[in-house]
Amino acid sequence: MPDEIINAPVQKKLFPLCLATKDLNHPASIKTYISIGGYEALKKILTDKISPSDLLEEIKLSGLRGRGGAGFPTGLKWSFMPKNAKGEKYLVCNSDEGEPGTFKDRDIIRYNPHQIIEGMIIGAYIMDATVGFNYIHGEIWNEYLSFGEALNQARQAGLLGKNILNSDFSFELHAVHGYGAYICGEETALIESIEGKKGQPRFKPPFPATYGIYGKPTCVNNTETFASIPWIIRHGGQAFNDLGVANSGGTKIFSVSGHISNPGNYEIQMGMPFSELLDLAGGVWKGHKLKAVIPGGPSTALVPAHTIMQATMDYDGLSKIGSSLGAGSMIVMDETTCMVNTLKRLSYFFYEESCGQCTPCREGTGWVYRIVKRIVDGQGRLDDLNLLKDVSQKISGRTICALGDAAAVPVLSFIKHFEVEFEYFIRHGKSMIESLND
Amino acid sequence: MIKLKIDGKSIEVQSKKTIIEVADEVGIDIPRFCYHKKLTVAANCRMCLVQVKNIGKPLPACATQVMDGMEVSTKTKFTKEAQQSVMEFLLINHPLDCPICDQGGECELQDTAVAYGASESRYAEEKRVVVNKNIGPLISTDLTRCIQCTRCVRFLKEIGGVQELGLVGRGEHAEISAYVDKSVESELSGNIIDLCPVGALTSKPFRYKARTWELVRRPTISIHDSLGSNLEMHIKDDRVMRTLPKENDAINECWISDRDRFSYEGFYHNDRLLEPMIKKNKKWLKVDWEEALLFIAKNINRSIAHEGQDSVAFLHSPQSSIEESYLIHKIADKIGTQNVDYRITQKNFDFSGTWLGCEISEIETLDQVIILGSNMRFDQPLLTHRFRKMVHQGGKLIFINALEHDLLIPLEKKIICKSQEYRTQLIQMLRAVYEIEPKKIINQDILAFIKKQKLNADTLQWMKQFVKGKNKKAIFLGQNALEANDASDLVFLANCLAESVSGLFGSLSNYPNGVGLDLIAHKQELKSTKDMMAKKISSLITLNIEPKYDIRANINLTDLIQKINFKVAITPYSGDAFDDFDCLLPMAIYTESSGSYINIARKLQSIKAITSPKGQSRPAWKILRVLGNYLDLDDFDYDSSEQVLCKVIHPKKRLAYPPLAAKKFNNKEKPLKKDGRNEIHPILPEQSDMIVRRAISLHSKKNKPLINIRQEVL
Repeated sequence: MPDEIINAPVQKKLFPLCLATKDLNHPASIKTYISIGGYEALKKILTDKISPSDLLEEIKLSGLRGRGGAGFPTGLKWSFMPKNAKGEKYLVCNSDEGEPGTFKDRDIIRYNPHQIIEGMIIGAYIMDATVGFNYIHGEIWNEYLSFGEALNQARQAGLLGKNILNSDFSFELHAVHGYGAYICGEETALIESIEGKKGQPRFKPPFPATYGIYGKPTCVNNTETFASIPWIIRHGGQAFNDLGVANSGGTKIFSVSGHISNPGNYEIQMGMPFSELLDLAGGVWKGHKLKAVIPGGPSTALVPAHTIMQATMDYDGLSKIGSSLGAGSMIVMDETTCMVNTLKRLSYFFYEESCGQCTPCREGTGWVYRIVKRIVDGQGRLDDLNLLKDVSQKISGRTICALGDAAAVPVLSFIKHFEVEFEYFIRHGKSMIESLND
Repeated sequence: MIKLKIDGKSIEVQSKKTIIEVADEVGIDIPRFCYHKKLTVAANCRMCLVQVKNIGKPLPACATQVMDGMEVSTKTKFTKEAQQSVMEFLLINHPLDCPICDQGGECELQDTAVAYGASESRYAEEKRVVVNKNIGPLISTDLTRCIQCTRCVRFLKEIGGVQELGLVGRGEHAEISAYVDKSVESELSGNIIDLCPVGALTSKPFRYKARTWELVRRPTISIHDSLGSNLEMHIKDDRVMRTLPKENDAINECWISDRDRFSYEGFYHNDRLLEPMIKKNKKWLKVDWEEALLFIAKNINRSIAHEGQDSVAFLHSPQSSIEESYLIHKIADKIGTQNVDYRITQKNFDFSGTWLGCEISEIETLDQVIILGSNMRFDQPLLTHRFRKMVHQGGKLIFINALEHDLLIPLEKKIICKSQEYRTQLIQMLRAVYEIEPKKIINQDILAFIKKQKLNADTLQWMKQFVKGKNKKAIFLGQNALEANDASDLVFLANCLAESVSGLFGSLSNYPNGVGLDLIAHKQELKSTKDMMAKKISSLITLNIEPKYDIRANINLTDLIQKINFKVAITPYSGDAFDDFDCLLPMAIYTESSGSYINIARKLQSIKAITSPKGQSRPAWKILRVLGNYLDLDDFDYDSSEQVLCKVIHPKKRLAYPPLAAKKFNNKEKPLKKDGRNEIHPILPEQSDMIVRRAISLHSKKNKPLINIRQEVL
């Protein structure tokens, strides 16, 4: 089947906002970005001398919420930055996506880096930040290099550095890379890592807005969040808000992976029914039946097929069904998926990526993994399910950062929805799904 | 004022404190591992989770600030459940073999597990094993027991000054480690043994020597430096098994230096002198006390008869107690000689009254400090920490020294110059003061002298802030400056400088009982070691001095001692330093005797004997008292050291300390000799006295002992 025919309905429903340049020639170059109206917002701000507070109102109006997973209103977060603090203020773009199934920030950097840069410059203008960093995950090295090239292009065009576009506003932006630790996606661990220390979350309060990089006010936002900013300034906050639904303004990129016909990034308007998104991605592969979906990444709760089919893809829509939007890393599982084996893989991830700073997560994630592994190895005991639930609940809410909670979510949601499979595995020493398929 | 409730108890606190601090103040127990009152908050162990009303999840008491109207519950089911779950997590990978662990019986984890642990483990998988690291001769590691609380990491970084340990690796693989192939070199490293809440870091010299419940704990102090750190020695079968700090916020807080902690090993070195010895026909004979004392009396009396009373001299150690010094002075006085001194490393004697000039804890409150001529990390390791604290709190430190001595403190200004240039440095500082605020120099003589000096542009530059800042200032002269040939000039000039900037003036003298001995000596018309050299001395009695090593900086005095005919040493140790002596009397180590000491901040501390003297050795004050009897002197009938002390210090009268000042100032500007000897003489902490020179574990590979000490212990 020719490509155009597959893509025809898809194109209609997609709304490429952060990935605006993706399908153009030389998408990452500054020329391409300018050709679609890039840096216009910045120019307008600097020539018309729009006041930061007016811009902040626009961001608030847009209903933009943090795209990294927590969904905190961006305008509100930016208003926490102290206005008249002495010395440096830092702005950080968090491109440290490391959870299995997340790959949206990578594509934004790869195809549309200048939109991030413009978003950060506008953010710096609003918050009066002097220096910015884009912290890029250590496992996407090419994107780190290409982002550096984009920064050079921007510098040459007078968009970064001293007196941007001959105004009296200055802002310097650097690309920084991590070494692939999942924990460095946590904003305070990321700050430690930028300072050259071991990536470990800090206790909060104080929050980064008052005590961030080198103890200075710092604002950390996700890549997709920054990439949304130029559009908001260009078209107005209300226009952005209107793209989505109540409480979920704008568009969202869903990184669809798993048992899906056309895995990839799909940027859609918030509030699209799940079933439509599934169709956009070509449906479950091989004509199989849908079994369950992790809608926002492994740290969001698993949802069985019949529930997710009723849901809409926005913050409220997913929280209504007991999960959350997370970073929009949708993992689709078909009927052949063994939930016990899947949980083993996910709990291994959290075990391996725990930073080891605080006790419940350091000790608990290893314990959880070993119990699940024991079940998979055919050594499970019937009270293991209660033990798993108990241990997970004791990790949750007792750690310095939210990753302890994240580690507990898959365990609790997998057992909640598929307890039968776990029990079968324990009783028979083998997978129920694999037995059925044999 | 903040009002809050803990367990229903209403509490008012003034400043913003954390829940755990408030709970500790009112005596409510919250379990903890990573929290320590003197370290920064890590909040990583999660053991101190407590319930706070209207907050859905438990909060760490160590990191949560109290707020008005807060209601904290430390005993509810919610809290207990949270704490018990953390305890369970801590124990899953911790070995449950307390009976073979050196920490067993004094382990915070063990104690807390009794209250918060389950009786059975739900964890059936393999436990984590961590390979041990060799971090030096003092600290033994058993890292499988580590619970990653990072107290040791934070101590070395914040109190020690250098982060020598870190938590490497992630998650379950996180382990405490030094840098590759490095050991922990901090002179305060032993404190991490006390800080470790489990058996992961234990004392290497004490390892498997005794169990905590077999030990009797007795208080004493350290006399290895001038702080007089408070100690608790743990004793089994009349033998000191280990030394721990005894908390005293005015002196050592809850820390001690490694020298104080491990010096007890020296008490039991093979060199201990256990019987009186006399030399006859160039051969050493073991004799009883009677014979030895008669031998001494006979020779001293002969010396007096033939060459006069002035031919007898006494040298005692700056470590001597007030009682010992008093008795030695009394013997000299009764014999009729003025040859008594304890200032064995000093070369200039025209000043007195050395002391810190303030309380030890006051150092932390200073804003600008100049230290001149001090190898402080060697001399008083714990005092360095106070200056470190001062700088961490925003104070500025200017350091002028002859030795490139890294204080591990960020310095405002560092000047490395020859020791003979200290005087010039001070003159230039005063000259700069005159330039900035001429009226501040009050002393007219010095004013006239200063006016004539050339101004140094660099000194003017950095002195500007020091003079103009309206805050607490101080200038301290270190031991190296006090040992200089022109020490009295340094004291005089530094005094003027402090006066001109309305700051404190103090000295960082390293004489352990220097203040107490000065109190006894300064009133009397005594000769100094310098005067003694000009005379013909035929008999010498030394107390607690190992001449070759204790006086090695003072070459002239060493020569003098060699020339003396008849020499008696009252000493706890024998050794090659006494080869040319004629009689050795075995004296008890200071912990085996009672005695009183005054520390650098003028704090009088009396200690009691905590073990009995080894062999035939006797407390030095008793030896001196009996020697008085054998020399037929009157009024030597004391029954206790308290009686002796009363002669010096009246319990009801205030002590009349001499002010820290110089008698005179030599205002003749001497041109610097180009080939002048730069008198640095750093004494490493493990070389500072007879005891520590024999504490074998202190002599790590890196710092080789200056004398060859046999590697055996009694």
